[in-house]
Amino acid sequence: MDRDVLLHMKNINKQYPGVKALNNVELIVSRGKVHALMGENGAGKSTLIKVLTGVETMDSGEVILDGETIVINSPAEANHKGVSTVYQELDLIPDLSICENIFLGREIRKNSFIDWKETERRADEILKSMGIDVNVNDILSTKSTAIQQMVSIARAISINAKLVVLDEPTSSLDSSEVQILFQVIRDLKARGISVIFITHRLDEVFEMSDEMSILKDGELVATSKTENITRLEMVSKMIGMDASSIVSYRKAYNDSKIKDEAIVKGIDLVAKPKVNGQNIEVRKGEILGLAGLLGSGRTELIRLIFGADYLSSGHFEVNGEKTKIHNTRAAIKNKIAYCSEDRKSEGIIPYMSVRENLTLAIMGSISRFGLLSRREQNKIVDKYIKALKIKVSNPNQPIRSLSGGNQQKVLLARWLCAHPELLILDEPTRGIDVGAKKEILDLVEQLAEDGISVLMVSSELEELVQSCDRVQVIKDGKTVGGLKNEAITVSAIMDKIAHGAVIN
Amino acid sequence: MVAPLKERLNRDIVINRLIDYSPLMVLFFIVIVNVIFTPNFASVNTLRNLAIQVTSSLLVALGMTWVIASGGIDISVGSVMALVSMVSAKLVGIGAVQSITIGIITGILSGVLAGAIIAKFNIQPIIVTLSLMIGIRGVAQIINDSKILRLDSPEYVFIGRHRIFGEIPIQVVIAFVAIIIMYFISSRMVFGRKIQAVGENHKATELVGINTFVVKIGIYATCAFLASIAGVIDTARISASDANILGSMIELDAIAAVAIGGTPMNGGKPNIIGTVFGALIIQVITTMVNMNNISFEYSLILKAIIIILALWAQRFLHSKR
Amino acid sequence: MDIKKHKNFNLQYVLKEHSSLLIFILLFIFASIKYDVFLSRLFVTNLLVQNTMVGFIAFGMTIVIIAGGIDLSVGSILAISGIVAARMSSYNIVIVVALTLLTGLALGSLNAFMVVKLKIVPFIATLASMIGIRGYIHLTTGSKSVPTPDRTLAFKAIAKGEIIPMIPNALLWFLLILIIGGLLLKYTRFGRHIYAIGGNIEAARMMGINVNKVKWATYMISGLLASVSGLVMTSRLGSGQFTAGDGWEMYAIAATVIGGTLITGGRGKLSGTFFGVLILGIMRQIFNLQGNLNTWWQNIATGVILLAVVIVQSRTMIKKKL
Repeated sequence: MDRDVLLHMKNINKQYPGVKALNNVELIVSRGKVHALMGENGAGKSTLIKVLTGVETMDSGEVILDGETIVINSPAEANHKGVSTVYQELDLIPDLSICENIFLGREIRKNSFIDWKETERRADEILKSMGIDVNVNDILSTKSTAIQQMVSIARAISINAKLVVLDEPTSSLDSSEVQILFQVIRDLKARGISVIFITHRLDEVFEMSDEMSILKDGELVATSKTENITRLEMVSKMIGMDASSIVSYRKAYNDSKIKDEAIVKGIDLVAKPKVNGQNIEVRKGEILGLAGLLGSGRTELIRLIFGADYLSSGHFEVNGEKTKIHNTRAAIKNKIAYCSEDRKSEGIIPYMSVRENLTLAIMGSISRFGLLSRREQNKIVDKYIKALKIKVSNPNQPIRSLSGGNQQKVLLARWLCAHPELLILDEPTRGIDVGAKKEILDLVEQLAEDGISVLMVSSELEELVQSCDRVQVIKDGKTVGGLKNEAITVSAIMDKIAHGAVIN
Repeated sequence: MVAPLKERLNRDIVINRLIDYSPLMVLFFIVIVNVIFTPNFASVNTLRNLAIQVTSSLLVALGMTWVIASGGIDISVGSVMALVSMVSAKLVGIGAVQSITIGIITGILSGVLAGAIIAKFNIQPIIVTLSLMIGIRGVAQIINDSKILRLDSPEYVFIGRHRIFGEIPIQVVIAFVAIIIMYFISSRMVFGRKIQAVGENHKATELVGINTFVVKIGIYATCAFLASIAGVIDTARISASDANILGSMIELDAIAAVAIGGTPMNGGKPNIIGTVFGALIIQVITTMVNMNNISFEYSLILKAIIIILALWAQRFLHSKR
Repeated sequence: MDIKKHKNFNLQYVLKEHSSLLIFILLFIFASIKYDVFLSRLFVTNLLVQNTMVGFIAFGMTIVIIAGGIDLSVGSILAISGIVAARMSSYNIVIVVALTLLTGLALGSLNAFMVVKLKIVPFIATLASMIGIRGYIHLTTGSKSVPTPDRTLAFKAIAKGEIIPMIPNALLWFLLILIIGGLLLKYTRFGRHIYAIGGNIEAARMMGINVNKVKWATYMISGLLASVSGLVMTSRLGSGQFTAGDGWEMYAIAATVIGGTLITGGRGKLSGTFFGVLILGIMRQIFNLQGNLNTWWQNIATGVILLAVVIVQSRTMIKKKL
């Protein structure tokens, strides 16, 4: 047994109904190192972590921690054995205090009563050691997401973990907060604790990790020391394409379809803290991409355009006329449509049929005196199922029984049948498989050809490069740059994100 | 990959059917048992009495179906019944039609109030309707100093006593019309979809441009409206108004009927027909117990057991799909 | 930065956290100025003692609600426990108390079983047991109250005796439970886990908390406190009332919410509920004393106060979400 290996997961298999989530996956994490676990959505990262932390049980395989084969049946057991996880969605109790959240489940007691003084002292000590200065008695929910994240990590540290798993910890942090987090990770390393670090941001992988593994479609496709792999190799492994095809993966431009007049213009939009005086202009027939890290205020900006959030100052012009968009109904009246990034909680009505989900936004217009016309409904549904190649055996089946990609297509169809002039898409390809991804992007292009303007947010920069006529880069709630046509490349966008200064 | 999916779908459909028809099957079973064991059960008289007795809890349950389908609950219905009863009985001097109209409008307003508070402040419906339940009962009691108000208006009493063609009680017709309208709106009209959408995914509903504020007010107002009619019918039937007891605890029967009927308790598709069967099941149990000279209290215990069995079976079947 | 916040007198904070105490004090001052009798010892003791019975179940309700549940069966459990106590009242006091409390624990377990094992929504599960138990009570008593002619002195003393002079035992138990319950919630692992599962049940599960066990225990506590209430009531009235506790679940919920407990769970205090109970009680007194006002105004006032409290609560919730 190698003394330097802390964790060895061998031949891990996990089958979900209809999907092989993990196929003979092997993961080796060295002692005191930061191990980046990479892969696209649905590659099996989360499942692997869930197996490791006892949330899910594996079908077969072996987990060796510190030279001992272990069986983990619950998160508590994992904690007990020294594996601690910070989940993507924060798993803390919002109504309890910071110090309590750190020690919940392992309360510090004296004579079987909780010793609050000691709890506070130790919580304070841990957070101070991480360089975070807060009152540990404050209620967690009153703090920013970043602080909550740090509390979650403090909790992980406090159990004397040998291995800390960070599941996309940076996704909701701004750059200065990310640096604090990295400092914390370096501290962990210095104490000999191993870290599994899941992230989508390549920069972070190269900045932080010592070694890395890449999963794709439930299989391990690469594992290596980070210094021995290039960025391009990494990306090509993740998306399963070699580098040359990525470069040529750029659509041809057709400027003639884009007209000069703006369809929707947002001027000096402010909605603190994520939108700080933004200007945005979408022209007829163009695909405008919004690039920026998560938390840069891109989702908040497009939600403003759709009237989904409260606008504290600024105004909109639709087709050159000053227009109030104070709620979603006003936006829809102005022919604006919006597909949320969160399909499950902001998109589908799960037990409703595909047919009804698809026609939800236009029910009013295909009804007379409030009576739905089933025939009209069927006509529309048939048309869009065909046009978007939605795989559905019967439009009366509940939408939740569809795959993610098909659900997304239904949601797209929901808006397309309303004939919008501006379609806003937030992460349209999140959590769906590669094939469906391509279909959706092709569809978006087709829509633009047909004269619909598209405003698209994506954290996968390749998608923006592939689809957009123009990209607006935002950072900390402000615009830091714009790119057009051939100038749109992954590196150019990254450069703007990294170095762009505010322009007005 | 294709085959198992198809199998799963088929199984889904079978299980869905089972869930859809389980209240009907339970009702069927209970009726058969009664036809065999309860003397005189299968007679016109029994059926008519059963229909008369089920009317008010059925009406309330219909409204409750929408409320529960939208993810809420309304426990103020009984107090609304008492208020409508009192208002209309007190004002009966100005004419039965007028006083009943004013009474029902009062009831609807209380529903609008409930819906508006729930939607505007995003408060748990159970608490809002609890405070209305307590408060509105108080208002109803004040109107006549908590004393019973006798009703001497033949026009008003007509609603509770008249038989169309000498056979069919008028309130049964009202209930029937209410069932048809509620079913029609739930299954064929835009509003029915909005109820389900609000109940299953509030955020998504707001994002497709549906005015959830208005939808919720509509739902609670409808529920209060149906409760108001129930209040009027009950008042007419006993030709008196008693603010202390009229409609008290009816919310429980109504909720039970909805639960047995298969409308998801956390919001989802309103199952009007299921609710009708649910209300009938509860009433048949009561009738059965009465007719067999079993002490009335057994019906309470039976009801409790049936509610639990129905919900447990739903859970079980849902977990299978 | 945070320290400054604590030093400054923050009116909004005080209003939010101690609204029930403030409402109580205002009502108390109002009543003592307006009515001469109000400040007499007898009157104050009465106010407290009369409200102990609804107070016990309100405490149980608070604990269940903090854990994210609800218990509508408390009134029925109270009644059946009272009847058990009445039937046993001639036996040795230890046996009586043990059996009565066991009744409550067992019925609480039944609720827990339906909620935890059968996974039925708490509202419906406890609704069913509320109906069912009430039905059983009518059956077993023939809808008559159960007299206690042979009750022992000790049985009488449960509510009316004075272990500590001037303080009736009913009140003593009430205060004891308030203190013990408060300590339990604040200083024990179990108590904190109640808050955790009410606040975010998934997270609690991830943290290794045995969610089902904690839930189960809260329903047992609620059943237990309901049976304490029944015991005290039978001792006080000298008979087991078959209608006892009818509709009390709603007053217990009202007292809990007025006391600042979030109806969605995760936040709340027994001391808040204590004042919630007293607010409802003092209002009843005021309406009694104010002879020219109909007592039914009290219902209206209760409804309005409850509504006002939840609206204020909801405003802080909305802020929290953002």
